[in-house]
Amino acid sequence: MVDVDASYAEIARRPSQIVMRRLFGSGIPWWSLLIFSLVVVAAIGGDNITPHDPNGLDLGSAFKPPSWLEGGSIDYLLGTDNLGRDIFSRIMAGASVTLTVAIYAIVISGGIGALIGMVSGYFGGVVDTIIMRVVDIQMSIPSLALALVIATVLSPSLTTVIVVISITYWTWYARIIRGEILSLKERDYVALAKVAGCSTATIFVRHLLPNILNTLLVLASLQVGQVIIFEASLSFLGLGIQSPDVSWGLMLADARNYIGNAWWAITLPGVAIMLTCLSANLIGDWLRDTLDPKRRQL
Amino acid sequence: MLSYILRRVMHGVVSIIGASMLIFVISRMSGDPIVLLLPVDAPQSAIDAMRETMGLDRPIWMQYLIFAGKALTGDFGNSYRWQMPALNLVLDRLPATIELALSALLFSIMLAVPLGVLSAVNRGGWIDTVGKGFAMLGQAMPGFWVGLLLILVFSVHLNWLPAFGAGGVSHIILPAIALGWYPVAAQTRIIRSAMLDVLDSDYIRMGRALGAPERLLVWKYAFRNAAVPLVTVLGVYFASMLGGAFVVEVIFAWPGLGRTVVEAVFARDFPVVQAGVLFTSVLFVVSNLLVDLSYGLIDPRIRHG
Repeated sequence: MVDVDASYAEIARRPSQIVMRRLFGSGIPWWSLLIFSLVVVAAIGGDNITPHDPNGLDLGSAFKPPSWLEGGSIDYLLGTDNLGRDIFSRIMAGASVTLTVAIYAIVISGGIGALIGMVSGYFGGVVDTIIMRVVDIQMSIPSLALALVIATVLSPSLTTVIVVISITYWTWYARIIRGEILSLKERDYVALAKVAGCSTATIFVRHLLPNILNTLLVLASLQVGQVIIFEASLSFLGLGIQSPDVSWGLMLADARNYIGNAWWAITLPGVAIMLTCLSANLIGDWLRDTLDPKRRQL
Repeated sequence: MLSYILRRVMHGVVSIIGASMLIFVISRMSGDPIVLLLPVDAPQSAIDAMRETMGLDRPIWMQYLIFAGKALTGDFGNSYRWQMPALNLVLDRLPATIELALSALLFSIMLAVPLGVLSAVNRGGWIDTVGKGFAMLGQAMPGFWVGLLLILVFSVHLNWLPAFGAGGVSHIILPAIALGWYPVAAQTRIIRSAMLDVLDSDYIRMGRALGAPERLLVWKYAFRNAAVPLVTVLGVYFASMLGGAFVVEVIFAWPGLGRTVVEAVFARDFPVVQAGVLFTSVLFVVSNLLVDLSYGLIDPRIRHG
């Protein structure tokens, strides 16, 4: 009985209250939050807090192993690469590029995708058919292949990466949001809003948007890891971030050329990718479970 | 059944036509291919003449129709770089990519099936925990990094397997693992949840009541039904590997379509990029189509729905 009461109490609460309650309850991915916060701090701090200049060449100290190994020095915590650049500083600098790409790409693809999905679901009919056809068509091209075609056209840069990823992912949001809207628009309060003379814009912003915010937040948080890997792949291929900007994918591409000389240069940037994605995914899972009990089994 | 197949095939054809339009329009946005073909100081008259012979003075929809008409007869134009028909180049490299994708698929299934089944049978046990951890790690590690780590360990340090090129079986092992790594997590999850459903069903309980050995129940009766959801999405995974192959082929210098297209992107070799990406999309659509049709074959409710 206690459980039933508790769940009723939960329904009666607003999502923000549920988040607050869960935040101080159990099941919180503390480690993930800690790691992700460190990445955010490194990204915000930028060049001001890196121990060395991420692009500072020092050929005299090339291929220094991490500090805990023989021959390493505490000066270069995670060792140096073939040009004597400090790997720890470069990983910190890479965090800023990675998060910048992730934030822009998610906001753009999520914004466009959600709007198109809302329009498609709300208006239905021909508009819906056309939009969903376009989504199908775009999904029939593997995303990396599509990215390659776009990359042939635009010269590689931070902006290009953001454009490519946004174009790749909007369909994902559009499909899911459309599905949500299809059921939301049948609700009485939407019909009543229409009868009461609300404009379509008002219905969208005041009655539909608040109801899909949770879904959007969950989708976005689960997308962070995918975007990070996508950016790293593009940069690794040489179609993404270009030097002197630093990206984890680019570091791996460089390190590939001297894979026999410095194992730390090929493992550590990958560990940064892995830990960031892992913590982002776990935070996403936790948000999903907290905000959207229906999707727990997904 | 026939109308179901026809409807699905039409759907696929529309997708491919749409994809070809998208690819065509994006590549045309890059501006004039003539700039790449003629010397910088070419006189205006030469540019105009070239434009006319290539049909670039016509409206874009007409250009697309010409492109599509030629593409249907297998003419994607000549590769700027290799001086051979782009289609021949693509067809030449395609088998290696398919070989790699199939090997990767085999690897992922060989890992996912035991992991998924054992996770379901020992739900909450240590193997379930290992499986979950593996799934989380798998989705956080980019395939290309897995490939680099494999090279570091098995080629550079242990010197067991070759790091690049194609040849015997030894050459395909590392790239297949790198490419098959990512879907293992999702496949394990599918098998696990399907097995949990089936193990909970009446006929398994009946079998247990009749005293059938547990191993027989799990592998013969339960797994056969639990495998259906995985089998039906294998085409989807095959298709997604065609996309992943672009990066993995570059790392292992695998002589497939992916590496060819990436090289063509750097050389601005548009005919090869167009033909390569369009072919990948066709394969993608066809394998998804086969998935849909297999659903229809297995489950009659779908083809009548």
